Amino acid sequence: MSNIKSSNIRNFSIIAHIDHGKSTLADRLIEKTGLLASRQMQEQVLDSMDLERERGITIKLKNVRLNYKAKDGEEYILNLIDTPGHVDFNYEVSRSLAACEGALLIVDASQGIEAQTLANVYLALEQDLEIIPIINKIDLPSARPEEVKREIEDIIGIEAEDAPLISAKEGLNIDDVLEAIVKKVPAPKGDKNAPLKALIFDSYYDSYKGVVAYIRVFDGVLKPGMQIRMMATNKHYEVTEVGVTTSKQEPVDKLEAGDVGYVIANIKNVKDAQVGDTITDHNNPTAIPLPGYKEVVPMVYCGIYPAEGEDFNTVRDALEKLQVNDASLIFEPETSAALGFGFRCGFLGLLHMEIIQERLEREFDLNIVTTAPSVIYKVKTKSGEELSIQNPTNLPKETEIEYMEEPIVTATIMTPTDYVGAVMELCQNRRGVFINMEYLEETRVNLHYELPLNEVIYDFFDALKSKTRGYASLDYELKGYQQSDLVKLDILINGELVDAFSIIVHREKAYERGRSIAERLKEEIPRHQFAIPIQAVIGSKVIARETVRALRKDVLAKCYGGDITRKKKLLERQKEGKKRMRQIGSVEVPQEAFLAVLKYDDK
Amino acid sequence: MKDLGLYIHIPFCRSKCYYCDFVSFSGKETKIDEYTSFLLKEIELYKDILDEYRLKTIFIGGGTPSYIEGKYIGRILDKIYKSYDAGGLEEVTIEVNPGTLDEEKLKIYREYGINRVSIGVQTLNDNLLKAIGRTHTSLDFYNSLELLRKFGINNINADLIFGLPDQTLEDCEEALEKLAHLEIEHISYYSLILEERTLMDKWYNEGKIELPHEDEERKMYHRGIEILTSRGYSHYEISNFSKKGFECKHNLFYWKLKPYIGLGLAAHSNIHKKRFWNYNNFEDYYNSLKRDSFPIDGNEDIDHKMEMAEYLIMGLRLIEGINKKDFNERFNVDVDSIYKDVLNKYREQGLLYIDDQWIRFTKKGLDLSNIVYVDLLP
Repeated sequence: MSNIKSSNIRNFSIIAHIDHGKSTLADRLIEKTGLLASRQMQEQVLDSMDLERERGITIKLKNVRLNYKAKDGEEYILNLIDTPGHVDFNYEVSRSLAACEGALLIVDASQGIEAQTLANVYLALEQDLEIIPIINKIDLPSARPEEVKREIEDIIGIEAEDAPLISAKEGLNIDDVLEAIVKKVPAPKGDKNAPLKALIFDSYYDSYKGVVAYIRVFDGVLKPGMQIRMMATNKHYEVTEVGVTTSKQEPVDKLEAGDVGYVIANIKNVKDAQVGDTITDHNNPTAIPLPGYKEVVPMVYCGIYPAEGEDFNTVRDALEKLQVNDASLIFEPETSAALGFGFRCGFLGLLHMEIIQERLEREFDLNIVTTAPSVIYKVKTKSGEELSIQNPTNLPKETEIEYMEEPIVTATIMTPTDYVGAVMELCQNRRGVFINMEYLEETRVNLHYELPLNEVIYDFFDALKSKTRGYASLDYELKGYQQSDLVKLDILINGELVDAFSIIVHREKAYERGRSIAERLKEEIPRHQFAIPIQAVIGSKVIARETVRALRKDVLAKCYGGDITRKKKLLERQKEGKKRMRQIGSVEVPQEAFLAVLKYDDK
Repeated sequence: MKDLGLYIHIPFCRSKCYYCDFVSFSGKETKIDEYTSFLLKEIELYKDILDEYRLKTIFIGGGTPSYIEGKYIGRILDKIYKSYDAGGLEEVTIEVNPGTLDEEKLKIYREYGINRVSIGVQTLNDNLLKAIGRTHTSLDFYNSLELLRKFGINNINADLIFGLPDQTLEDCEEALEKLAHLEIEHISYYSLILEERTLMDKWYNEGKIELPHEDEERKMYHRGIEILTSRGYSHYEISNFSKKGFECKHNLFYWKLKPYIGLGLAAHSNIHKKRFWNYNNFEDYYNSLKRDSFPIDGNEDIDHKMEMAEYLIMGLRLIEGINKKDFNERFNVDVDSIYKDVLNKYREQGLLYIDDQWIRFTKKGLDLSNIVYVDLLP
């Protein structure tokens, strides 16, 4: 592809906690190596989705190739592989790390190390990566670089004395970072004469080119015209284009062992070029695929329904379009008595779910209603059947159930010692089982808990943040299933069961949840011309009841001096609110009400 | 010649009432003279535009128009009569507050053709008056009334508010009985609506004051209708009651969407299918007029659909409702078919009464009018 030998290639990722400046540093590296003039640069080039930029997080990883002339006078190719920064996307992170030899660990000079950072550092260490600590935001008055260096050494156990002290925002000491990459990240190894072995670390669908897979070649050579095989699916394709990503995609003749680039091969669906899969030569295959491939399994499910006046088919088209780019999103049609035709969708986690919801609303301009998220429960019936339940509505009657199991996660919560009490109380309230606590340093601990996933998906992260003033951070992974005393909690509005509100909860939590949901619904449902009873029930037993009082008065003030415009504005505001309603029986229920079920009261 | 309603805004008050969000200022007395001269200029500016119109009504509102010296009112009216066709003038109203009137002012009012006075009573409970920031007492009202009658004002409106903090049903009943007993020709009986950015709204949100319960507030309204209709008043608009022949002609211009022009700070106009409004601050208002340009801050084009909706929304305020024939002639459409769904829906829900000739609110509809209005908007 170029005359630069593989000993002058450096493949690296950036690991950072949300907000610690990963994207900004990436921008600076791109700018500094002259790939884009700074005036051409849109802020944070790598995070190209609006949503990512707004939330300050990276959702889809990408890569970019930089050319750098180092102080030793040699030309280097630096392949920066961006990683998503959230626990939901752990697997994608691990695959992109697997494509590298080194990782920059960015730590905020005032905030220090956080749980998420640590989780990703462990992922990187598992991949045997060289980790280069970088202390960012040293321009802030609250910066305490020396302490943070010690923290890195104590907690992670890597040398941090020479860590570059930078401000990505101000562009300070970026050269130090580039030099560190050249000096410390090992050059890729690999045999270009061996059979092809390339790792897919990302893929997306382009409506002109089909699937574009981002890959790291470990062995062999990849060029157009070759027949390649996906080792997970055993499907084979003819390569039409290979290339590298600079400021755009640039086709090249070939990609060799050590290179990072992309491949296009007439693949129609991202499902056929899944992250983690190994690409090999169809006619000269390697015997062993690269390690670590696994199919991503959704952990959280919810129903997505068209809101009043929105079309089922447009929602399906939008979901299909999103799925083309997001192999971890799954959906299938389902029907709700309350909401009509819609979809049951599976997500990697809560953030993934929120992102998809927001993208449907923003990018596709859809009005949707989402039901309470659910995990997958395993049900053993008295007749000996084993069921997997993702929609509470499908749960068999209590009398038919032998026992139920729910997914449990092991959670690591890193928090300043000041908040240990608050965090423990929260975990206790969420049926957590304490495992242990380790001191990372004098003022900071890691708390390990086993928590039911269905407690984590209800607002746990927000509650954790608010109880610790944002200082605690969370990482979790699925541990397995465990028997549990679970019941189905139903909500009746005006005497009608609204299946979209049904949730599965632990029996001991049912009363509290039922009461809290009924209270919230009372706040959210606007008053109608008649009184509306809201009941929370288990089976036929009513456990909580609220009433939305009948509306007695809804009038405008006098129209003084002929100012009709203002009155109309008030009415238009009212009308705007009505649009987001969903008709259930004779009751109009606003979208927000469906979110009420997600909220806990323990903030 | 087309009929026109004219509104004149006087943005001065002795003090600002706690519930008031109209454009009005206290402590700006030094501006009165200057403001009047700019107002005269604005009147002059409209001369050509209004040459095909004939003034039917004038309404001098505020603020408190009776707070400023009588000579200013005289100058304004004099200018109006000299500038526009006032030959067909039927009603000239001025708003006054109890305790701001004197013989000199009334002499000028009479001299310049004022034949209707709207007096801001609000309540006859002195404690309540104080609590809502009024600077007069009920006695001031009785004195003002006597003075008005002495000067031959035989068309008087009294404004009352119900639903005030700590107000009781008895307060309302008593005030209504008294006004009826005093043979006041016209009574406006308004529901208190807390407007954003008023002191009272702030206090309410801070929990410092409490309002009567909604059911109680509706009782005040329904009781008011009972008392006044049994006393020979006609309930002709949601909040308005009058003796026969004393309906407010000026307000009918608003309710029937007939052309009107508003002059002065923040005044609104509706003419030639356009709605526009003036600057709400002295500086911009003055600067425009200094350049001989209209002091208009904003405007809204009213298309056919919107005009129909507004006609219904405003017209339904009248108890007799919308006359289908009038509507169909004005808009050259059939109201029944255009609004079929909405009309049916709310007839079924018991909010609208509809027959061959009329569409009007039911008693329940009057309490829940917004529900219908929202659905009428295009």
